[in-house]
Amino acid sequence: MKYYDKLIFECSKEGRCGYSLPKNAFPAAGELPQALRRQAPLDLPQVSEPDVVRHYTNLSQMNFGVDTGFYPLGSCTMKYNPKINEEMAALQGFAGLHPLMPASLTEGACKVYEEMDKALAAITGMYKFTLAPCAGAHGELTGLMLMRQYHINRGDLNRTKVIVPDSAHGTNPASAAVCGLEVVEVKSLENGRIDVEALKPLLGPDIAGIMMTNPNTLGLFETEIKTIAALVHEAGGLLYYDGANMNPLMGVVRPGDMGFDIMHLNLHKTFSTPHGGGGPGSGPVGVAQKLVDCLPSIRVSAFHGNFGVILRAYAYILSLGQEHLRKVGEYAVLSANYIKESLKDVYKLPIDGVCKHEFVFDGLINDGAHDDVPGATTLDVAKRLLDYGFHAPTIYFPLLFHQALMIEPTETESKETIDAFIAVMRKIAAEAAEDPNILHEAPHNTPISRPDETTAARNPILKYQEN
Amino acid sequence: MLDKIGVKKLDDLYSDVPAEFLHKGAYALPPAMSEQEIRDYFASLEAMNAKLKVFVGAGAYDHYTPSVIPYLCSRSEFLTAYTPYQCEISQGTLRYIFEYQSLICTLTGLDVSNASLYDGPTAAAEAMKMAIACTRKKTRVLLSKGLLPQVREVVETYARFHGVEIGYVPVADGQTSLEALKAELAKDDVAGVIVPSVNRYGIVEDHAGFADAIHAQKALLIEYCDPSALAVVKTPGEWDADIAVGDGQPLGLPLCYGGPYVGFMAVKKDHMRKMPGRIVGQTVDKEGRRVFVLTLQAREQHIKREKATSNICSNESLMALWVTIYLSLMGPEGLREVNRLSCDGAHYLYGELLKTGQFEEVFPGKPFLKEFVLKPKQPKLQERLEKAGFFAALPTEEGYVSFCVTEKRTKAEIDALVKAVKEG
Repeated sequence: MKYYDKLIFECSKEGRCGYSLPKNAFPAAGELPQALRRQAPLDLPQVSEPDVVRHYTNLSQMNFGVDTGFYPLGSCTMKYNPKINEEMAALQGFAGLHPLMPASLTEGACKVYEEMDKALAAITGMYKFTLAPCAGAHGELTGLMLMRQYHINRGDLNRTKVIVPDSAHGTNPASAAVCGLEVVEVKSLENGRIDVEALKPLLGPDIAGIMMTNPNTLGLFETEIKTIAALVHEAGGLLYYDGANMNPLMGVVRPGDMGFDIMHLNLHKTFSTPHGGGGPGSGPVGVAQKLVDCLPSIRVSAFHGNFGVILRAYAYILSLGQEHLRKVGEYAVLSANYIKESLKDVYKLPIDGVCKHEFVFDGLINDGAHDDVPGATTLDVAKRLLDYGFHAPTIYFPLLFHQALMIEPTETESKETIDAFIAVMRKIAAEAAEDPNILHEAPHNTPISRPDETTAARNPILKYQEN
Repeated sequence: MLDKIGVKKLDDLYSDVPAEFLHKGAYALPPAMSEQEIRDYFASLEAMNAKLKVFVGAGAYDHYTPSVIPYLCSRSEFLTAYTPYQCEISQGTLRYIFEYQSLICTLTGLDVSNASLYDGPTAAAEAMKMAIACTRKKTRVLLSKGLLPQVREVVETYARFHGVEIGYVPVADGQTSLEALKAELAKDDVAGVIVPSVNRYGIVEDHAGFADAIHAQKALLIEYCDPSALAVVKTPGEWDADIAVGDGQPLGLPLCYGGPYVGFMAVKKDHMRKMPGRIVGQTVDKEGRRVFVLTLQAREQHIKREKATSNICSNESLMALWVTIYLSLMGPEGLREVNRLSCDGAHYLYGELLKTGQFEEVFPGKPFLKEFVLKPKQPKLQERLEKAGFFAALPTEEGYVSFCVTEKRTKAEIDALVKAVKEG
C-alpha cells in the first residue's frame, strides 16, 4: 500500500468531463421559472474518464479487504465473498427491474424472495422472514417493532421495557431506544453468561422481551437458554435473537428451537455478501408463527429491501446446500478454538473453556511495562498487526474487560493463514515484553501513521475546502 | 487442530450446547449446486422477469450508469473491506466518503453530510427523529401529502414506535399548501416539517415563505429531494432548510428491484452533533500528512449505546462510492444535461399523450422535470401498456397515472409508447 494524497476535487480542470450522453432529439421544454431554479454554483469536479479511473484505483490501493488478507474481526464474520455471487446479482434481468413492477412481471424476483424465506426459515427454525431491513441494526429495529406490535395487538400496552445483557452489541440498546423501549441491563456472571438469578427480578408485566445473542459476544454459548426462555415466556415477554453471532450455529443449532420468537440475520456476515466498506448489508427478520400477523403493519424501507444483497446470499445458500451447511458452523468454531488455545499462554484469557466462533482476550499477559515505560495496550497490539499484513481484531469490546481483543477467524481461512496469524500474535507478544515502544509507535509500514483524532473531533473538517 | 484444542472430534466443540438443541436430521434445503448449476438456475430465474421499457419513476429512476462505475466499485479493495475503523489501512474508503460528503453538501447547499443512510425513506425517518431531538417539548412532525407514499409510510412506522405524532399538510393545486401548513404550525407543537422538493406528481414545488413560517415556530424545515434534480432546482440551502434528505439512487444506481440504494442527509452546521450515522473528518497523522478518520463518534451506538442519536451501524458505503464516481464523471455539465434530456423527453411525451385525446391535464402549467401525472379516460392503461412492452402509467392514489422519462428513453421508444396508448 502506498500513500496517495489527492482528492477528486484536486484532479479537476475546467471544461473536462467523463460522460457520454445521447444527442437531444426533443424540442426544448423551456426553462423552470427563475424562482424555482438553482442559483448556487454547481461545484462538481470536472474530470476525464481516465483521471477518474486512475484516482479511484489509487484510492483503492490504500485499502485492506478480505481479498487482501485475514480479518480476525470479532462479531463481524469477515468470511470470503464468493465471486459467482457478484456476477449473479449483476444480471440485467435483476438489475434492471423497477421495484414497483407488479408481481406478474417479476416472477423471477418473487421466486427468489419465496425461496430465500423458506431457506432462512429452515436454517434458523423461524416461521417466516421479511427481507425488507437493509442492515443488521435495521433488522434489530424491525424485530423490536414487531415485538411491540405483538403486545399492542393483544391489548398488552404496558410492555415498554426490554432487557439487554451488559455484553450486548451497542446496536441492541440503540435500536431499543429508537423503538421507544426503555433498556434494562442484566449483568453477566463471572463465567460470562447471563446471570439467571439477576434476570428473575427484572421480569414483570412491563417487560416486552429480552434481546440476546447466543453464543454471546464473548463467544460463549448461553447454556441456561432453556431456563431463560421459559422465564421470559412465563412473564409474558418475547425472546429476540441478534443474528450477528449466527455463524457458529449454521447447520448445528437453530435459534427457533431454543425458544427465540424473533431474530435478524446479517446476510453480509453469515451469508458471505461483501461488506462494501460499511454496507450495503441486509438484515432479514424472522418470526415465530404467533407473530406473523404483525408483519404487514411494519414498513421499514423504500421497497423490497436490498435485493442485490439478497441475490448474492441466495447464491451462497445454494452453493452450500443441505450437504455443506454444517461445515460453516463447525469449521468456524474449530478455527476460533485453535487460535485461542495457541495463544492463551501469552494473552490473558479471562474465561477458559470451549468457545464458539469467537473469543475475547483481555490484553497481553506481559505488556512489557517497566520503570516509567507504559505497557503495550490492546490498541498497540491491534496497530502492530497492521504492520504484519493482518487486519486488527475488534478491540475494546465487549465492555466487560478493559483490554478486550475479540477474535473471530471464520471458516474460510486455511490452517496456513491461521498459523501465520498465530505466529505473528506471538511475535508481537514477544516484542511487547522486550520493548513496548515498538508497539506504541505502530503501525510503521502502512500508508499513514496514527492520526490526530482529537483535533479531528474538536475542529471538524467534514468537507473539501479549497486552500 | 483438534489435538491442540484437546478434543477428539468436531462434535465435541458443541459439548456445551444442551443435547436437545442440537439439530437432528437434514436441513430442509436444496442439494448443493456447483457454480455452473448456480449460473444456469439464476439464468432461469432472470428469464422469468419481464424486460420492459421503464417509463415509471415514483422514487426509483432509470438513469444511465456509466460503465466506469461498476468497474471501479467491484475492485475488491473497496468491495471486500470492512467499515474503516482501522484508518491506517482504510484511507481509500475514508477518502471517498469525505468526497461523497463534500458532493452532497454541494448538491444540497447545506454544511454537513453524513457517510450515508439506508435509503430515502429511512433518511426521512431519521430526519423526523432529529427534528424531535433538536427542538424542546415539541411532539409532532408534519408530512406533506405530496411526499411519495413509501416515504410517508416508513416515517409513520418509525414515528409510531418512537412516540412521535404525525400530522399532514395537504396539497393544493399540485403543491404543498403554505396556508394549511401555517394553520398546523399555529398549534405550537410542531418540531419539524418534511416537504418534497419535487413532489410525487413530478411538480417542482415553490417553498417561498415555508422556512420563515416554520422557523417562527422554532421548528425545522426538512426538504426531501431528488439529488439529480438539485443540479437545476433551488437547493434546500437556498430555501433555508435545516435538513435535506433523499435517495441517491437517481445518481446512476441501477433500479435493482429497489435496492441497494443510498439514503443521504445534509444539515446546517448547528445540528451537526445531532446527526445520525458515520461522519468522516480530515486531520493529520504523526508525520503531518493529510489523512481522514471517522469522527464525532460520540454520537454513535458503539459508544453511546441507548443514548446514541441513532442505531445505524452498517450503512450503504459502497453505494456512496457509486454516487461519488457518478458525480465525478458527470461533472456540472453532465448532470445538467441529464436533467435537460430527461425534462425535454418528458415534456415531449406529455404533449404527445395529450394529443391522443385519452387524457385530461391534472395540473396545467405547473412546472415539472422528468415526471408528470395525467388523468386517463380509459381504465387499466398500465396493464395494456405492459402487453406492449412498457412499464408506464403507474396509478396514483387519486386515480391519475404517472409517467417518467429519463435520458435513457429515446424518441423512438416514446413514439412507440404513444402509439401503444393510441391503439389501446
